[in-house]
Amino acid sequence: MSARRLPPVTQVGMFSLALSVAGGIYLAAHLPEHVPLAPAIVLLGASALLLAGNVASLARVAGFAWGRFFEVARWALLAYAIIAGLILYSFTRDHISGGPLVVLTLSLVVFAVHVPVLIGFTVARYERGEPDVGAQA
Amino acid sequence: MAQTAVPGAGLPPVVLEPHPSAARPDFQIVPRAGLPIVALVFGLLIAGIAVNTPWPLQFLHVVGGAAWTVIDLFLGFVIGPIMGRLSIPARIEFTTRLMPKMVLIMPTVVTVTLAAGWQLGTKLGTVQSDYYLHGWIVASYIVVGVMAVIALGLLEPANIAVLAELKKRQPDPQVIERLMKRFIFTAGLTGLMQIATLVIMTKLAAG
Repeated sequence: MSARRLPPVTQVGMFSLALSVAGGIYLAAHLPEHVPLAPAIVLLGASALLLAGNVASLARVAGFAWGRFFEVARWALLAYAIIAGLILYSFTRDHISGGPLVVLTLSLVVFAVHVPVLIGFTVARYERGEPDVGAQA
Repeated sequence: MAQTAVPGAGLPPVVLEPHPSAARPDFQIVPRAGLPIVALVFGLLIAGIAVNTPWPLQFLHVVGGAAWTVIDLFLGFVIGPIMGRLSIPARIEFTTRLMPKMVLIMPTVVTVTLAAGWQLGTKLGTVQSDYYLHGWIVASYIVVGVMAVIALGLLEPANIAVLAELKKRQPDPQVIERLMKRFIFTAGLTGLMQIATLVIMTKLAAG
């Protein structure tokens, strides 16, 4: 097992997801009344900053298996973009609009990007540069 | 020959030279044969939301939610402990057959449950803040939110990574042990959270 030190990508990712989810719960709990957007924007901003920080810290890791990371993350991104799109469709069908829709959409973007980053990272961190058995997934 | 071990929760890892007959079965991390079924289910979800009448939404929400709850409870409290007590070849074969299916099943049932549930709640007025059981509704958001963070941040990456490791010519037993422990622990945790979901949903149904 790899003994190299890696940044706490999973922990930071989970915290970022938690902030994003908290913002979504805050908005959902107040609908359809007028919702003060500031708390949701702060939570979303913090979540997005953690996502950016996660990617930046990972980019500084020497010898990280980026090939494996992107091989996994791109398919995960496709899957989670579809999932986020379905949830967004449900929101737009309910005539959610304006500020709440923008914040919810951006929260879904953070979700749809951060989950593939976590999946790609978890696979790539154990990569040892050897070929797989059988066909590719 | 490659050393392979698939450990279980709470048991010491066992590393054995596998017998030739106990070779890992070939598998796809994402079973392509299941993708049309996922597409069909998502198509039904889109149709249900578009039609926006209670019965299809109720059907999708209840079926998806029941599958989600039962799978989490069964995996966390029944399958997980059993996996820890299987022989090494049986554990490998079980893992390579079960976990690829979970890669497709769980995101699908979760998406269907949440999207149909939100639409249904809007239709029935139960997600509105003046609903008399609004506190219970918000509690369900929180429970689902916690489960989502655990499942998306820990469980799903561990599931994919253990399958990717098992695909290698020489899987690292320590990596598989660590990831399987994470998978089984988080499955148990979400199983516990599902009990809270059952409490909330039965309260909402009873009024």
